[in-house]
Amino acid sequence: MPLLDVQSLVTEFPGAPGGPGNRAVNEVSFAVERGKVLGLVGESGSGKSVTGFSIMGLVDRPGRVTGGRILFDGQDLASLSGEEMRQLRGRRIAMVFQDPMMTLNPVLTIGTQMTEAITAHEKVSRAESRARARDALGQVGIPSPEERLSAYPHEFSGGMRQRVAIAIALLHNPDLIIADEPTTALDVTIQSQIISEFQRLAETHNTAVIWITHDLAIVSRLADDIAVMYSGRLVETGPVSDVLTDPRHPYTAGLIGSVPSQNTRGTRLRQIPGMTPSLGRLPSGCAFRTRCDRATEACATVPPPETHEGARGFRCIHPVHPELLTQ
Amino acid sequence: MLKYILLRSLLALAVAFTVSLAAFFLLNVATDPAQAIAGEDATQEVVDMIRARYGLDQPLPVRYFEWLGGVLRGDFGESYYWHKPVAELVAERAGVTITLALAALSVTILIAIPLGALAALNPNSWIDRMALGVAVSAQAVPNFWLGLIMIILFAVMIPIFPVSGDDTWRHFVLPAFVLGASSVPAIMRLTRTGLIEVMGADYIRTARSKGFRGGALLRRHALRNALLPVISVLAVQLGQKFGGSVITESIFAINGLGRLALESILGADIPTVQMLIFVFAIVFVAMNLLADIINAILDPRIRIG
Ligand SMILES: Nc1ncnc2c1ncn2[C@@H]1O[C@H](COP(=O)(O)OP(=O)(O)OP(=O)(O)O)[C@@H](O)[C@H]1O
Ligand code: SF4
Ligand SMILES: [Mg+2]
Repeated sequence: MPLLDVQSLVTEFPGAPGGPGNRAVNEVSFAVERGKVLGLVGESGSGKSVTGFSIMGLVDRPGRVTGGRILFDGQDLASLSGEEMRQLRGRRIAMVFQDPMMTLNPVLTIGTQMTEAITAHEKVSRAESRARARDALGQVGIPSPEERLSAYPHEFSGGMRQRVAIAIALLHNPDLIIADEPTTALDVTIQSQIISEFQRLAETHNTAVIWITHDLAIVSRLADDIAVMYSGRLVETGPVSDVLTDPRHPYTAGLIGSVPSQNTRGTRLRQIPGMTPSLGRLPSGCAFRTRCDRATEACATVPPPETHEGARGFRCIHPVHPELLTQ
Repeated sequence: MLKYILLRSLLALAVAFTVSLAAFFLLNVATDPAQAIAGEDATQEVVDMIRARYGLDQPLPVRYFEWLGGVLRGDFGESYYWHKPVAELVAERAGVTITLALAALSVTILIAIPLGALAALNPNSWIDRMALGVAVSAQAVPNFWLGLIMIILFAVMIPIFPVSGDDTWRHFVLPAFVLGASSVPAIMRLTRTGLIEVMGADYIRTARSKGFRGGALLRRHALRNALLPVISVLAVQLGQKFGGSVITESIFAINGLGRLALESILGADIPTVQMLIFVFAIVFVAMNLLADIINAILDPRIRIG
């Protein structure tokens, strides 16, 4: 049984009164095993963060999960009480949020914000929680961690804050970490160090990781599986090695084509021609249709169903097959 | 920081002196103090005698600088009416007004902050609409009118509080409520908008993700941030309570500075009025300064930067 099993998840933000809601997450299904890393990629606004919030039970009001199930360790998260969900958050499921500038409380010290994350779940002495906070800061490569505990967020650079957020997520050695663009503000060496830290965590603590990113190079290095998101739907899923070398969905192919070389670090996704359609007015049928050079009239009728191919899945009725192309 | 406080204190003094200057000329233009002291029916001779005795025959600028010189030596002159040093008079009456102002501020805090917080946590609910109703009516009702209504309701019709005076704490309940009510709309709306903004902030989501919810989330992360601007506005409001005490103390016959101010204005007791205006101005400016200092202490971003 996978640690996390997301089944047909739908998360909606109410649209104009009377009209249909905006489905930021639309019929999304994926699973993550213990000790495995899933790379979740897609353009800005495709619904990656909202997927993470949905799992945490922290979707901004008035948005809410309106369909599907999220099974964590066999338990349907929707069936948990508010207090049970609280006990899970931070201890068994942790999230590193996207914008490091805004995610720490400006009027509390780093030390307070770290130790309270410990004492929210465990009865430990002040000295012990401080010692653990200090060690966690050291673990993410923050120099002189003891002194930094008494500093305030505005005294930290963006990259330092990002590392603090990661350190907080690591405090309880959670079963699942959702890391939303956790290394965007970091330089190459630190980024490498953080990635190794996550790999170590996955190996030694069997932690499952959902790594949300634009950076395909990181995904190919770190992740076991990949899920590609477009306009709220997963358009392609599967083992990283298969999907990145031999994509089926034209959108995935476009993303890969945008990376000049698999070894170039930090390359961002190429702008595929056209713009991401806004959720309110998606085209009929396949949402990618208006930007897809393989589109036919058939693509406009219904959203493509998921096709399975071993461990892989994709939603396209004219999938890319290199062996077919060469014929 | 120290330099800043010093500079602001000097500025406060300058403001207080400017206000006293303006007040001095207005008072002397609006009334003839000698006539007022002598009474309506006094003969011209008596009036002239009084004028000479109190030095009121001197030109206005000369008299102002005489007053100013006294103040710089710590001497605020003698009351025309009470025949004793004004400073003594003010010291006797100040306690009552300070009590009233602090009680009024407590009323404001106890009503406005819980109401604003409840409204913020349940936006567009009946609580929110009720809170808005309270704010709008409190804003629309003048102080003296609310005072009279409270006297009629809770001192005459249902006599649970005394009508007037300042002997026991029960005497302070109605006036403190009246004086405190005037600040409720501003503080309530500030609390509400502040808390709504804070509850939508990313760091609240972070706090939730660490395992906070409900009361603990509110106490540790939301209220502290939302109340930062409220605290400094409260300090400013406390300064305004002193000025506001003029009407409230008169309605409830409380022997504080406010009532003294009204009486001495009506009686053209210029030294007393001068000192009161000076004191009110100092208190007002000092509270504004205090607000800034509190803000700097509570908000680490200001403290360092
Ligand atoms: N608070 C909100 N209110 C209304 N709609 C929202 C809200 N948050 C997200 N959405 C909708 O959900 C969509 C997905 O947003 P999300 O933040 O998950 O994108 P993302 O894939 O994380 O993008 P990025 O790479 O820029 O972080 C957005 O396009 C937006 O329409
Ligand atoms: S279904 Fe059609 S439009 Fe959509 S990606 Fe496949 S080919 Fe392109
Ligand atoms: Mg995002």
